[in-house]
Amino acid sequence: MASLAEQPATLTNDEILRYSRHLIMPEVGMEGQLKLKQARVLCVGAGGLGSPLALYLAAAGVGTLGIVDFDVVDFSNLQRQIIHSTADVGRKKLDSAAEAINGINPNVDVRKFEARLTSDNALDIFREFDIIVDGTDNFATRYLVNDACVLTGKPNVYGSIFRFEGQASVFATEQGPCYRCLYPEPPPPGLVPSCAEGGVLGILPGLVGVIQATEAIKLILGSGEPLIGRLLLVDAMAMRFRELKLRKSPDCPACGTRSITKLIDYEQFCGIRGQEKPATDTIGDMTPEELKERLDRGDKPFILDVRDPHEYQICNLGGHLIPLKELPQRVGELDASREIVVHCKMGGRSAKAVDFLKQQGFTNVHNLVGGINAWADRVDPKVPKY
Amino acid sequence: MKILIPTPLRPYAAGQSAVEVPGSTVGEAVQALLSSHPELRKHLYNDQGKLRAFVNLYLNEDDVRYLQHEQTPVADSDTLSIVPSIAGGRG
Repeated sequence: MASLAEQPATLTNDEILRYSRHLIMPEVGMEGQLKLKQARVLCVGAGGLGSPLALYLAAAGVGTLGIVDFDVVDFSNLQRQIIHSTADVGRKKLDSAAEAINGINPNVDVRKFEARLTSDNALDIFREFDIIVDGTDNFATRYLVNDACVLTGKPNVYGSIFRFEGQASVFATEQGPCYRCLYPEPPPPGLVPSCAEGGVLGILPGLVGVIQATEAIKLILGSGEPLIGRLLLVDAMAMRFRELKLRKSPDCPACGTRSITKLIDYEQFCGIRGQEKPATDTIGDMTPEELKERLDRGDKPFILDVRDPHEYQICNLGGHLIPLKELPQRVGELDASREIVVHCKMGGRSAKAVDFLKQQGFTNVHNLVGGINAWADRVDPKVPKY
Repeated sequence: MKILIPTPLRPYAAGQSAVEVPGSTVGEAVQALLSSHPELRKHLYNDQGKLRAFVNLYLNEDDVRYLQHEQTPVADSDTLSIVPSIAGGRG
């Protein structure tokens, strides 16, 4: 797996001491440690999964670590993204991650790619590496990573998480299946919640990211049984690991029929384009400032909160709580003759609620644009954001 | 037989992680699940009644696409897993 170095690599005495626990085991040894030193691994994303895997790959002595990320460290990242510290909030994740990696192991050559991975840059970036580790957070980038791996012939070390459940596998090796063999198509937008909407147990990316790091190391060493053709399912609540068999699909457009010969528009493939805004008309929108002005004037629109009860406990505007999924059964609690302002955390669920209420014949309903988070940002900083 | 419900779909199955259902094929077992938890239907099947492309069904360790799809016979001791794609990781 390691690239052919121009000069035969050797270890310095300092490195021999550093890696002594590897060198004395026959499965790694000097030969394996030199493979690690010559290996070039790309981490797509320096977040939940990227944090533990980059730290462990650095500690293990992987010579070149590439990182693709364009984000800035936020307070809400620190619950799980252990490569970043509290003092790093506001810094570029790339800078913070590179510093942490070189703090653990100054021998690592960190290559920083400050960019969103796109169809235009993916192939050029991937060609510089031997193994790609997918630590992204959306379907469009996952299909992009997979197809670019198939096209460049690089293994895709896959990990994905939701709440307390994770998946891991190794895709796009010559003999094994790829991500598209498993899932030919992405879900339509909105049907599967993201971690930002659904939450994630902080330790879970640790568990799954370290599984990805383990697989990357095994691929570099060329030993053990990699997770090729197997999907590992992790349930952290039950603490149960299960394994499913995957097959390379002869009909797979990426690695089977090879009808995908170049990278496509993945946002369009995932149905995202044109749907950034909720599909509701904007006539019923109300900004936080407008609501504040109305309340200050003494108007009392009925405030309907369509979040879940545990979110209401974090912060609320004193609204009447009916979670979105209970709205059809509980619509009778609402008075159609009153003006209603609906809100959620960020405006997505409340837009769906407004659509539903309009279908039910409500005429005077508004969606609080940006939800309670926008209210906290723009009207009342005492309200916590989450 | 037992059907394992993944985290993202548990809200549509009364929060349960596993549901015991009758049936002699994969299709019958899934229909039994949907009749007790109708909200699951739109998450598993599209408007044409076809299993969605981002949801896989595994009988024990095997993808039913490589067995006999929904006609695959099942025994009481079998476990059917619903495995949808999830995407989280960077954020």
